[in-house]
Amino acid sequence: MSASPTIEPSFLFGRLTLEAIPYHEPILVATFAVVALGGIAVLGALTYFRLWGYLWREWFTSVDHKKIGIMYMVLGTIMLLRGFADAIMMRLQQALAFGGSDGYLPAHHYDQVFTAHGVIMIFFVAMPMVTGLMNFVVPLQIGARDVSFPFLNNFSFWMTVSGAVLVMTSLFVGEFAQTGWLAYPPLSGIGYSPYVGVDYYIWALQIAGVGTLLSGVNLICTIVKMRAPGMTLMKMPVFTWTALCTNVLIVAAFPVLTAVLALLAADRYIGTNFFTNDFGGNPMMYVNLIWIWGHPEVYILILPAFGIFSEVTSTFSGKRLFGYTSMVYATVVITILSYLVWLHHFFTMGSGASVNSFFGITTMIISIPTGAKMFNWLFTMYRGRIRFELPMMYTVAFMLIFVIGGMTGVLLAVPPADFVLHNSLFLIAHFHNVIIGGVLFGMFAGIAFWWPKAFGFKLDPFWGKMSFWFWVVGFFFAFMPLYVLGLMGVTRRLRVFDDPSLHIWFLIAGFGAVLIACGIGSFLIQIGVSILRREQLRDTTGDPWNARTLEWATSSPPPAYNFAFTPVVHDLDAWWDMKQRGYTRPLTGFKPIHMPRSSGAGPILAGFSIVLGFALIWYIWWLAALAFIGLIGTAIGHTFNYNRDFDIPAEEVARTEDERTRQLAQVNA
Amino acid sequence: MQLLAPRAEPPQVYITLRCLRLIALLPLVACLGGCNFVVLAPTGDIAAQQRDLLVVSTLLMLLIIIPVMALTAFFAWKYRASNTDAPYEPEWSHSTQMELVIWSAPLLIIICLGALTWMGTHLLDPYRPLDRISADTAVPAEMTPLDVEVVALDWKWLFIYPEQGIATVNDLAAPVGRPIRFRITSSSVMNAFYVPTLAGMIYAMPGMHTELHAIANSPVESRGFSANYSGAGFSGMFFRFRGLPEADFDAWVAQAKQAPDALTRAAYLELEKPSQNVPARQYSAVDPALFDAILNMCVEDGKMCMSEMMAIDAKGGMGIESAAANTLPLTYDKHSRRGTVLGGAPSYVAGVCTPEEASRLLTLSSAARARAPVSDLAPVLGAGLPVPGLSATGLPAAGASALSPISLPASEALPGPRRPSNS
Amino acid sequence: MTQASGTPASGEAPVFYEVDEHPHPEGHSTMLGFWIYLMSDCLIFAVLFATFGVLGGSYAAGPGPKDLFDLELVALNTSMLLFSSITYGFAMLAMEKDRVKVTQLWLVVTAVFGLAFLSIELYEFHHMIAEGATPQRSAFLSAFFTLVGTHGLHVTFGLIWLVTLMVQVGQRGLVVANKRRLMCLSMFWHFLDVVWIGVFTFVYLMGMLR
Repeated sequence: MSASPTIEPSFLFGRLTLEAIPYHEPILVATFAVVALGGIAVLGALTYFRLWGYLWREWFTSVDHKKIGIMYMVLGTIMLLRGFADAIMMRLQQALAFGGSDGYLPAHHYDQVFTAHGVIMIFFVAMPMVTGLMNFVVPLQIGARDVSFPFLNNFSFWMTVSGAVLVMTSLFVGEFAQTGWLAYPPLSGIGYSPYVGVDYYIWALQIAGVGTLLSGVNLICTIVKMRAPGMTLMKMPVFTWTALCTNVLIVAAFPVLTAVLALLAADRYIGTNFFTNDFGGNPMMYVNLIWIWGHPEVYILILPAFGIFSEVTSTFSGKRLFGYTSMVYATVVITILSYLVWLHHFFTMGSGASVNSFFGITTMIISIPTGAKMFNWLFTMYRGRIRFELPMMYTVAFMLIFVIGGMTGVLLAVPPADFVLHNSLFLIAHFHNVIIGGVLFGMFAGIAFWWPKAFGFKLDPFWGKMSFWFWVVGFFFAFMPLYVLGLMGVTRRLRVFDDPSLHIWFLIAGFGAVLIACGIGSFLIQIGVSILRREQLRDTTGDPWNARTLEWATSSPPPAYNFAFTPVVHDLDAWWDMKQRGYTRPLTGFKPIHMPRSSGAGPILAGFSIVLGFALIWYIWWLAALAFIGLIGTAIGHTFNYNRDFDIPAEEVARTEDERTRQLAQVNA
Repeated sequence: MQLLAPRAEPPQVYITLRCLRLIALLPLVACLGGCNFVVLAPTGDIAAQQRDLLVVSTLLMLLIIIPVMALTAFFAWKYRASNTDAPYEPEWSHSTQMELVIWSAPLLIIICLGALTWMGTHLLDPYRPLDRISADTAVPAEMTPLDVEVVALDWKWLFIYPEQGIATVNDLAAPVGRPIRFRITSSSVMNAFYVPTLAGMIYAMPGMHTELHAIANSPVESRGFSANYSGAGFSGMFFRFRGLPEADFDAWVAQAKQAPDALTRAAYLELEKPSQNVPARQYSAVDPALFDAILNMCVEDGKMCMSEMMAIDAKGGMGIESAAANTLPLTYDKHSRRGTVLGGAPSYVAGVCTPEEASRLLTLSSAARARAPVSDLAPVLGAGLPVPGLSATGLPAAGASALSPISLPASEALPGPRRPSNS
Repeated sequence: MTQASGTPASGEAPVFYEVDEHPHPEGHSTMLGFWIYLMSDCLIFAVLFATFGVLGGSYAAGPGPKDLFDLELVALNTSMLLFSSITYGFAMLAMEKDRVKVTQLWLVVTAVFGLAFLSIELYEFHHMIAEGATPQRSAFLSAFFTLVGTHGLHVTFGLIWLVTLMVQVGQRGLVVANKRRLMCLSMFWHFLDVVWIGVFTFVYLMGMLR
């Protein structure tokens, strides 16, 4: 480590010294230059166009679930770029480091890269995207005007941002963890990781975890309490069902992560002996606890994706979803079973054969409801009229790719097979297979599906298809070689290789990563092009796909209050039912609508959290104390604000609705 | 199948499966002839059985995966919007028969796979002593396994051969056709001991021991490595593995006996310090209690062994006066360890025995283990499935043993709490 | 709830939206939400209990529970917390009758009991640390201090919250929002009581039996 880990912390700066800035590492300096220039350009533009006030009032402090959902998606997309940059650095290193070459990344840097890649992709790409889509869609889908706790929603988002900011800070101040994304002790203990990397990891995840947990509580309450009249549990759209299950999982899993990271922090800061080698500590307990969180986390990510695919399949097949009831039960069964399988992540730790086979078999049992879901989608397509718009393309690609990942997953659940494949590139290929083919494709399908609802115009189909094909083909090129390498006994997280016969596979995987880069590029271009061509792509009907659920009953983008009158639900596909049975929009009789007020407390609390986390990481105790006092003070101060709601006057509602009436008339004309 | 009846004639179904397996592997073998698919083509019997399980499971699952993929593609094509000839039933959304099929088809496959898993896991439990040399040869009654003690160090592997009295670094050899029993631990962080051609991996963890039983069935020169990331030098943690004919193995041992250095405790503490890409080396002799000292984390003089500590703890600790009195500041610095910012300087628990006593106790415990009956050769049967090794010999069946390093006879281990001699 | 139809002409046509709707009252799901939060907090304690269960016998050749725990002191401490729960109950009864002064009085009594509990706990910790039984001494002590200390931290935050609420009740009286907040704190306070009963049984009583 360049910055000496043995410096005595000073009072003013803790262990933060000039040496902590990696100005001697050219890659990081170049990255910093790019980020700094880009940042200055963005900030300059915002200042020049006088957008700060607008952003602060309309977005940052907004408690509107739709805006918060969109901000989550922006966060996820930005972090996707960072996470992917890490991925391509790894691919390049592994493609170069052959035949005596050491590659271009020293161990200190490479080990941070693979740790950061995993942490960022799970916590700051997949989680924000999943949460963002749920935030945006669920209240609309259940006919509500907002979530149960609108301010908490805003606060949750900013806490997630705080975590992301801390991870990004580690790039330019100090270092990130070099432990792998789950930071197993003793390696992550103070004895073997004495510098700030693991501390960045701990505090970033703790702060983001607060946000995730609160947003989980919020969405459960919303779904339980705020459904439109008539929407019984078995008339809830499948996406809402999966969102409910996911949030139950969040609430039941994230406290475990919080606790286990707190114990690790205690080991590192005050020298307790939970996970140490000496004094009776037990590192295996960490591995168990972190996977008791970690396995449900997998389903937290995939269940909403399953929900999206369900909505997309029935919409674009023009057909009722096949086997709604069994779909719901499958989701619930997966939710429960996800707590009974954690040990399959470490069969190789030496538990007895009976324990191993118990967890292996419970893991396989999960594939039964998952398989049933797969068949349900299949029979939804059967005798349908399938329109291959982008969301449907992603769904079919998902169905083809995910079953491969599912198969290799069950394979890894057979303990003796896991003994030869555990921690190998086969495992890496497996979980990328399900996370890209399942979660990420689900997110892309969801984005393409609900984009017109959020912004009032569709996404450009040409660049969407470019992105799709780059992603699908790139995925095969990038990860099929890893399956092969796994069968050749190549383990994960290696930095250099000396067996030349492996080289070709790493080159192919690298090529795949380049294709995926093109896919991400096309995705960004798609968004840019769509914004430029928004007038051609405009949708004024509010229902561009001839869809089935309530969110399509209102305008695109929906008004702040979502629905002028709360809808009444009679059927599973409520909006389809309304269309079938001659629903007419109410044109008069509008009333004032009660809505929550914006609040700046969320971003302020999150700002204090960043400072608190940073100060704790660098042992700057006075700053930590100040930030903590600020945090508590602001939180208490916020509770003295009793004036949290306002009414949208009936005239304004009438104005908005009249505007929509005019738009609809133009469409019909 | 092979897994169910190791000594019987291969039944028909197994032969069929083997043919299927070959067919399934053919494209891989054909187009990738130049590559070494060690996981699919291992030389050791254990790894080969694990490979068989892998292949059989894959085939079982393909029974359902292939139809699903084909149907997906077919439906996507057939019911495309432009094909107006295809039937369209927008309200069709339920069919009890279909539901039965879609739940029971995966269920049936999982039942088969689950049974296979249960038996395979017990048969191939790394703690289970081997009962066969290969598919058609049982282990002769008089044959004892070769003991190899494995220590994962930062970042190299130490192998101790207690029977031969030698030790090597990053160089593992074993006679062909004789079962090997690895006892595995680590000096600092978690690693995984993995020789793909020999058998599956198992974690190496500090202060704990895991076991692995394996056999080399033909002369082979291959590699083993750590399969669990363990820090900066992880990529260089490879070692050479050779399966040697009996005579060659003896020659190899004899050659090691000529090595200039002996692995004493002092030499071990020097070796233990972090180093990367370490070349293979040999030690002509080894302290017989060294492995147990490493396992119990008391190679350094004056440090209390885990076994001793656990025996004291089982009796309720050492009383309130031990709270501050029997810890000593740690002078030996394994990494850049320096305590925690709010928790004071690093320390260790001082042993209550003199170093000589501690050493004697460890030697006794090694000897006691050596006397224990080696293996329970009862085959695992399809029904009932007694857990191998547990009842008959008291050999640990995993889990518990990973937690408790070794059990000392309490009376012998504890002359009664005493002041640490060096405080 | 009166509902109007989408097609007013025919009497039997389905109703697709509410014309005369009542907005969800403010805080309509606060109790549920807070309850779910408490359950997640309960999971944190569950992890700490499990940790104590695993590490509770690892004294690292140091002192064990019998050397450290003073059951009489802990029993006194327990009674403080139990009494505070009862007095909080009295505060809630007074709140139901909209008696601001009495509510405040019982809240003060609750706070005093809570403070007494914390003081005794801090005394116990101080005593143990002074004897060398620090959280660093053994895994058992790490788990002990963390479990009991986390509970103590919760009580501390409960007290801060209690004082805040007393100020707010003083400012605005027993308005709906304040009543809701008092209800939440009530759940929190009784929850801590239940957790403490677990701590007392699992850590102290069973520790002495080990």
